[in-house]
Amino acid sequence: MTFLPVILWSDVLIWLLFVAAIVFGALSLRNPLWRTAWQRVGRSRAGMASATVLLVFVGVGLLDSLHYRPRLENAAGPQTATAAPPPTATAAPPPTAYAVEVLSLLDVLLTPLRTRNEKTYSEPLATRAYAKESIESRDAAGELQQSRDYPRLRHGGAHLGADEARRDGDVGDRLLRAVSLAFLAWWAVAAATAAGVARAEACSAPAAWRRIWSNESDFAWNAVLAAVACLLLVALPLAMLAGQYHVFGTDKVGQDVFYQVLKSVRTALVIGLVTTLVTLPLAILLGILAGYFRGWVDDLIQYLYTTLSSIPGVLLIAAAVLMMQVLIDNHPQWFATAAERADLRLLALCFILGVTSWTGLCRLLRGETLKLRELEYIQAAQAFGVTDLRIIGRHIVPNLMHIVIIALVMDFSSLVLAEAVLSYVGIGVDPTMISFGTMINNARMELAREPAVWWSLSAAFVFMFTLVLAANLLADAVRDAFDPRMAGSA
Amino acid sequence: MLAYLVRRLLYALPILIGVNLITFALFFVVNTPDDMARMQLGVKRVTPEAIDKWKAERGYDKPLFINDAASGSAVLTDTIFFSKSARMFAGDFGRAEDGRDIAREITSRMGPSLAIALPTFILGLLVTVSFALLLTFFRASYLDFWGVVLCVAMMSISGLFYIIGGQFLISKIWRLVPISGYGGGLDAWKFVILPVLIGVISGVGSSTRWYRTIFLEEISRDYVRTARAKGLSELVVLFRHVLRNAMIPILTGVVVVIPLLFMGSLLTESFFGIPGLGSYTIDAINAQDFAVVRAMVFIGSLLYIVGLILTDVSYTFVDPRIRFN
Amino acid sequence: MSGAAGVSAELSAQLSEDILLEVRDLRISFASGRSLLAAVDGVDFRVAAGETLALLGESGCGKSATALGLLRLLPAAGRMPGGEVLFDGRDLLALPEAEMRGVRGGGMAMIFQEPATSLNPVLTVGHQIGEVLERHLGLAGQAARVRALELLAAVGIADAERRLGEYPFQLSGGMKQRVMIAVALAGNPRLLIADEPTTALDVTIQAQILELLRRLQRERAMGMLLITHDLGVVAQMATRVAVMYAGQIVEEAPREVFFSAARHPYTQKLFAALPDLARRGGRLETIPGQVPPLAEMPSGCRFASRCEHAWELCRQQEPQGRQVALGHRLRCHLDRLPDAPGGRLAAPAAAGEAALAPGAPLLEVQDLRVHFPIRRGILQRTVGHVRAVDGVSLELARGRTLALVGESGCGKTTVGKAILQLIAASGGSVRLLGQELGGVSGKARRPLRRRMQMIFQDPFASLNPRMAVGEIIGEGMSALRIDMHRQGRAAAIAAVLRQVGLEDAAAGRYPHEFSGGQRQRIAIARALAVQPDLVICDEPTSALDVSVQAQILNLLGTLQAELGLAYLFITHNFAVVDHLAHEVAVMYLGRIVERGSVDDVLRSPQHPYTRALLSAVPSARLDEQPEFIRLPGETPSPANPPAGCHFHPRCRHASAACRERYPETTTLSSTHTVRCHLHS
Repeated sequence: MTFLPVILWSDVLIWLLFVAAIVFGALSLRNPLWRTAWQRVGRSRAGMASATVLLVFVGVGLLDSLHYRPRLENAAGPQTATAAPPPTATAAPPPTAYAVEVLSLLDVLLTPLRTRNEKTYSEPLATRAYAKESIESRDAAGELQQSRDYPRLRHGGAHLGADEARRDGDVGDRLLRAVSLAFLAWWAVAAATAAGVARAEACSAPAAWRRIWSNESDFAWNAVLAAVACLLLVALPLAMLAGQYHVFGTDKVGQDVFYQVLKSVRTALVIGLVTTLVTLPLAILLGILAGYFRGWVDDLIQYLYTTLSSIPGVLLIAAAVLMMQVLIDNHPQWFATAAERADLRLLALCFILGVTSWTGLCRLLRGETLKLRELEYIQAAQAFGVTDLRIIGRHIVPNLMHIVIIALVMDFSSLVLAEAVLSYVGIGVDPTMISFGTMINNARMELAREPAVWWSLSAAFVFMFTLVLAANLLADAVRDAFDPRMAGSA
Repeated sequence: MLAYLVRRLLYALPILIGVNLITFALFFVVNTPDDMARMQLGVKRVTPEAIDKWKAERGYDKPLFINDAASGSAVLTDTIFFSKSARMFAGDFGRAEDGRDIAREITSRMGPSLAIALPTFILGLLVTVSFALLLTFFRASYLDFWGVVLCVAMMSISGLFYIIGGQFLISKIWRLVPISGYGGGLDAWKFVILPVLIGVISGVGSSTRWYRTIFLEEISRDYVRTARAKGLSELVVLFRHVLRNAMIPILTGVVVVIPLLFMGSLLTESFFGIPGLGSYTIDAINAQDFAVVRAMVFIGSLLYIVGLILTDVSYTFVDPRIRFN
Repeated sequence: MSGAAGVSAELSAQLSEDILLEVRDLRISFASGRSLLAAVDGVDFRVAAGETLALLGESGCGKSATALGLLRLLPAAGRMPGGEVLFDGRDLLALPEAEMRGVRGGGMAMIFQEPATSLNPVLTVGHQIGEVLERHLGLAGQAARVRALELLAAVGIADAERRLGEYPFQLSGGMKQRVMIAVALAGNPRLLIADEPTTALDVTIQAQILELLRRLQRERAMGMLLITHDLGVVAQMATRVAVMYAGQIVEEAPREVFFSAARHPYTQKLFAALPDLARRGGRLETIPGQVPPLAEMPSGCRFASRCEHAWELCRQQEPQGRQVALGHRLRCHLDRLPDAPGGRLAAPAAAGEAALAPGAPLLEVQDLRVHFPIRRGILQRTVGHVRAVDGVSLELARGRTLALVGESGCGKTTVGKAILQLIAASGGSVRLLGQELGGVSGKARRPLRRRMQMIFQDPFASLNPRMAVGEIIGEGMSALRIDMHRQGRAAAIAAVLRQVGLEDAAAGRYPHEFSGGQRQRIAIARALAVQPDLVICDEPTSALDVSVQAQILNLLGTLQAELGLAYLFITHNFAVVDHLAHEVAVMYLGRIVERGSVDDVLRSPQHPYTRALLSAVPSARLDEQPEFIRLPGETPSPANPPAGCHFHPRCRHASAACRERYPETTTLSSTHTVRCHLHS
């Protein structure tokens, strides 16, 4: 094998969540009430546009969640202590060895971005470094000469050779090609959509086209197409330029900022999604138990969540993360690679965030269960002697799911924002793990430089803002569709 | 009503004890003092003697709960639990890594924290409630629509960017106020104004949207229709009827944070170099000073519980149903 | 012909002098998505000073929208695409908003259905009245206070001084509605719009409020637009009646004409659907189908699809309003209109009253008590009990119906739930088929569970919205392990659906696809699926319109005749009791005060409370209203019932004995018992 798959815990969880979401989506479509709610989401233009954008982010995150360790070329390094198969007696093939570095599928796609590091800062699309350095060169006479100048970048615009003045023309040329390609791609997508709509709604393609743009179809295709247009107009030029330039510049150690931004997406998604795996079971189980059984069960659970929520969240997280760090530092033997260590810390952070954030949802579900259990259909079930467990499973949980879904999508954006703050404070993800928080933390002092290094922060800002805004807009659409007060009958 | 308040007070005690137990478990059971010593001393200097010395200096060399070696009441009091956790109830937080008394440090740092947090809170409340009332008054119009869009956009921006952007723009480009620092006396406003402004702006998005939702929910009630049927103008309806009823849900979220203002803001204080409790906490986290973090957790919870009780008290002012029952 | 026209012209000329409100071709629509749905479609009427126009109609016919439209208080989705509302010679729809505010509360005031939510919970009564005085009369300070006291006294609130400083939650339901009326009167309006003013109130309180409204109207010579669904209220209050159906007025007539010679098929059906003694135990007339939804209004007559007289023209062309007699307008194509059912024919008597002779009791309840503890103080100690049910005994035999009657808060629903063991009883025994139910483990109770079932009041809350109808009905079968293999269960569900008059295909659909009446049928099917002997019906028709109520009552009657079911029928509606009950028990504050056969209790009531209750029920006929026995005050709290006879503070016959001890049961005849000192 040329590689050794590495299964990180967070990979497992995030794929599990992905599959669970698909299964749940398919199941919920079978119930007409859920179906109409999802259809309402589908009609929301803001919701569908942001869902399209989010899907791109999720795609990046999923690609970044398939990890492996490549095989080393000369397979005899001592660094392969782990994972090497036991040498057989024949010893004919030398034991295969794998690199310590854990790569993901995304890393492979972004190999040029990942490997072509400069020495230090460089501006977006620059061909030369950002600060002057002493450069040694030999003049015509062969004398060693020292001069202070902006050194040429090793990779940025390297294809231009000495002809740096050609850069603007080259960039413009690439942009033009990218934009025309984007137009072609968009027309292809739009035509395919129109054909699909035409088939689904049994009308001619031009009629379907008109329906899409005059807002008459049952799904906000126009918003999706508009979002696709924006995405293509951004993504294709970036892709065209990223091969030869550092589109968003490089950071202090010369790493490409565009690469960092893309890697941050997965961290944000893991924090935003995996945390709910901790929150939901706790909140749903305890909330329903408290609301349904009341009495001392209720008292105990209320005490538990009041106590937990009375500790200010940041401080509890700080304390827990500090303790986690002590635990990790004292047991280095647990981890084969740095990636696994960082991954465990990421999961620990998710766990702690989950533990501190389940109380709100729990309180909400408890209150709703209290109301539900007095409803007449539950009393009718009790009159049949239906067991409590069955009543909870068939009557209470299905009627609480809309609250859970709303809470889930609403929490996502706040968790992504929280990660940045926590990482900045130093109680977030592992400092070696690329995330929006660590990017901001590393770059925040650079604005004070003269002249300011602005690109790292700006890139992090734009990507994070897009992600959170899309999540917020989708959350609004989902809330409007699922909240029975807004939806009329339920 | 008095019985109600007394009951709430009594209920706070077990919660505080619970908080104490949770923090104790977190700091002493998940990791032993030996682990912490190893961490603090660093890999190079770890020797059994160094660990013992570290523990002895900080009083971590005692048993956790029961000291068999001691006699009398010292069996219980000469333990880590009693000296490190139970004594917090008496306001004794011990010493920080640098040897300073934590309690004294806290009292001296409350002032600067409050100087930033209180104006931010009051100004923020005024701005967001007025903005939300404005949106409610012009509900279902373009103003409302774009106002909500603005709110959603503003709440999608990380607080970090508000601070970084504000500092960059106002202090660095326009050079209006110093970029960071803190001073007492008459010059204090120069240092306070920027953090307060940024604090207010960064809260506008989410708070306004939240208040607007509350107002809209109230405005669809039957009594509002009655008020309109009386011939009252929309402004009177909004201020006299809707606002008063909306105070009840608003207070739930607002009063509880008032005591927490003493704790200051972690982010603002660390960015602006304000010597308050927020930056104290951050420094402690970065220095891995467990004693200080533990003390801050305890104080934070205490203040939160005070906030809960204040919330109950404030209900009695705005809600006659509680006042007379 | 010309004579009649002359008289009518003369009359209208005379009327026009004091016509307060004239509505011409009023149209109201609601925006729904991108389309407008017409809720009110061309309504014309007039209200003169001193008269009451009753706008009668079933839910969803547009009567409330009309009322709100007059004041321009429609919700945000409401539009008024056309029409004129002339009030005091001004077209209200054309007034600028600022002037319109002067009309609201000043010229025209409104009271609403739900007094509990229509008053601002955090403002005092005085403040809420004072607001109007300040706005419309410019009164403030002491003058306003004096005026507010006068108003409270005028609406019959004792101790007005104290009430002025109180908050709505400190007032009882009836008192809140009185305050609401005082608020409406504060601006000296010339026209009062009352939107179902008594629907949320108990019958004795309803009688008080109706009396108050009549008196105030007389004193102030106000015009009144009364919106209601209750023919009894119309009979008591109206000068003229307008019947609305699907957004249009289909018939308008003076009160006497309306009650003796209503002509529109819909109006006639409304009368025929009312349960009463004449059709005791027989079938009630029903209106097939339901009101067409706003989105799918038929192009012809809107009632055609449900009308048994409908002919081709009705389905093609919309009828226009026309005058058929003085003051009697009609919107119907029928040339020879069906005669008003003058002499009501007594329907065939019950399916054999004699056959239902009392047999061995199916259900025996002895001294049932349900007390809820009241906890107070720092330690939440129990300081007392709410005696929701306090010693109730009753028996019920197979095939019989026992009606448990009382006003809200008397504990009648609690009795039902305690019998079903949904609430633990604090004392007493409940025996079904001779077996004790209380104090038995859930497992031992299971064989008895299928013997009794319950039908609830609210057809919207009693079905789980997330379950298909088939699952809902099958739930009881599987929980009670009624042996049936898979195929058998589907067949059984289909059979039970047919039994309640629904199609087999309904099993695969979800509750939200059904109307209120159909949902109640599903609830009945759910109960029937386990083949019970006893069904406890908790106000099963009180949330339904009259015509739908008739369908459900017919269904219950048929099922009883076919299956020999026993019903414990919990209700506050005497017309329903009269229609289907064999025996009646009247509850007051947790105890049964009078029991007997329907004839005993309804024809010769002996307890003063029963008499007052019966006298307060508004009759839907003009000739039958007994003299109203006014009950002072309202029902006390069951947490703190009066000493002695619970009823004595409100009883005009109360003596010293009544104040001291609760009366024992007195047997008046073999079927009739009463608990009252007057009879002991």
